[in-house]
Amino acid sequence: MTPASVPSEAAGALCLVFILLVPLAGAGLALINTGLGRSRSAAQLMMSSLCVIGVAALVYFFCGFAWQGFPGGAAHVFTIGGKGWNWIAAEPFFLRHMPLDGSPASLAALLGMVSVGLAALIPLGSGADRWRLSAACVSTALFAGWTYPLFAHWVWGGGWLAQLGANYGLGHGFVDAGGASTIQVMGGLTALSIAWIVGPRQGKYTSDGMPSAIPGHNSVLVMFGCMLALLGWWGLNCAGAVLFNGGQAGQSVLVATNTILSAATAAIMAAIITHTRFGKPDASLTANGWIGGLAASSAFCAFVKPAAAVAIGIVAGALVTFSVEWFELRLSVDDPGGSISAHAMGGIWGILAVGLFADIPSRASESTGAAAGGNSGQWLAQFLGIATLIGFVLPLTYGVNWVLNRFVPQRVARDGERQGMDLYELGAGAYPEFVTHSDEFSQR
Amino acid sequence: MKLLGFFLLLAGWGIVLTAVTLLTAMGPRAAFVFAGLGVEVMGLVIVIRAHPRGEQR
Repeated sequence: MTPASVPSEAAGALCLVFILLVPLAGAGLALINTGLGRSRSAAQLMMSSLCVIGVAALVYFFCGFAWQGFPGGAAHVFTIGGKGWNWIAAEPFFLRHMPLDGSPASLAALLGMVSVGLAALIPLGSGADRWRLSAACVSTALFAGWTYPLFAHWVWGGGWLAQLGANYGLGHGFVDAGGASTIQVMGGLTALSIAWIVGPRQGKYTSDGMPSAIPGHNSVLVMFGCMLALLGWWGLNCAGAVLFNGGQAGQSVLVATNTILSAATAAIMAAIITHTRFGKPDASLTANGWIGGLAASSAFCAFVKPAAAVAIGIVAGALVTFSVEWFELRLSVDDPGGSISAHAMGGIWGILAVGLFADIPSRASESTGAAAGGNSGQWLAQFLGIATLIGFVLPLTYGVNWVLNRFVPQRVARDGERQGMDLYELGAGAYPEFVTHSDEFSQR
Repeated sequence: MKLLGFFLLLAGWGIVLTAVTLLTAMGPRAAFVFAGLGVEVMGLVIVIRAHPRGEQR
């Protein structure tokens, strides 16, 4: 097995530029989460976003990359029926012995460091207005130090999911070009766990379970966040395609085209559906559709034709729109940012779409250490990845956060939620010159 | 109930892994993978129903 191959020095430099764009996706998500939350919690949510990105990068540096690794690196492998099951990397902690010189491994480490922060931002949307800052940081540390690296190794580090093609003849193994599973679905399932553990906001549901509308406080932030997110996703998808799927630098044009087509059609679909149902297009659901299209594009961006990206985007937009309502009305899950629907549902659909629409070149599997194979059985490999996310990652992330909740309560005190997270946790509001809620200014 | 739901999620994943490891023909392998996914869906439904709704919390 050889490490993921970057064709040339120029492609390596281009890949570095792509990676440097990724934090813009984080900035976009932070703005979206903040805009969809209440004004009285806006500063705390932005502060949480910054802290979460910082904690994630530090913990990933300490131990995250050591367990994620990269294709061809040191790893723990056990054997079943003569087949090797590569389950976790065995790299040294603190990025020791890692020459940070533009080698594929060093680029993978840098991409991992920014990707884990992006994934950790997603649960902030579902826990908005009630998730304590300290609890969010500790939860992020566990996510970046254990949950994320373990699954990312299986997909991007040459682990057993990536090897399904070589070991069991399932197409090219589980394929995910830009992190639909490792970033989007993992973040979305963690968001679901957090929403369950902290419970709904006060006043969100009546005693008979009917939800009340708590609209976001700033649609401008939400829409601007969507535009920033597109830039970040371009970087993410292009970097992932080049680093982990053997993409050539020139293929980035296809990747970027598919990314914007998927996001655009998903957003327009969401706008059409909400206009048809409610008489006017809904801004927050359209934004969620946009993000859902981006999340889906991460899986297939390098492997489908643009027409297929349009078709996949249409389904993603409809799926996310109905899913937001389903979670809120049927499941009583209070997710102010729509994170679960946009990232988890959008990402799962994207993963599935790879099995249905993709024509994967053999170099994609070779770059993750697997032997070249045909597309036969690819759909089964994608289903296996989805089964692993739902059957293993969800219980793991829920269990980790449930145990954490016993030691560090994740939900703010009742009084804190009434005052607003800004005053209760930070001592100052995001918009001090605008008094919009008279009860915000009672003494702590 | 919540614990049972999470147990079913893990059990479903176990069925999927076992199917891939032990079976070679595509048909039976796919059937068992879908059976495992079905068990996971059952687990997910139980986990969802085990969480209190609305202000019941």
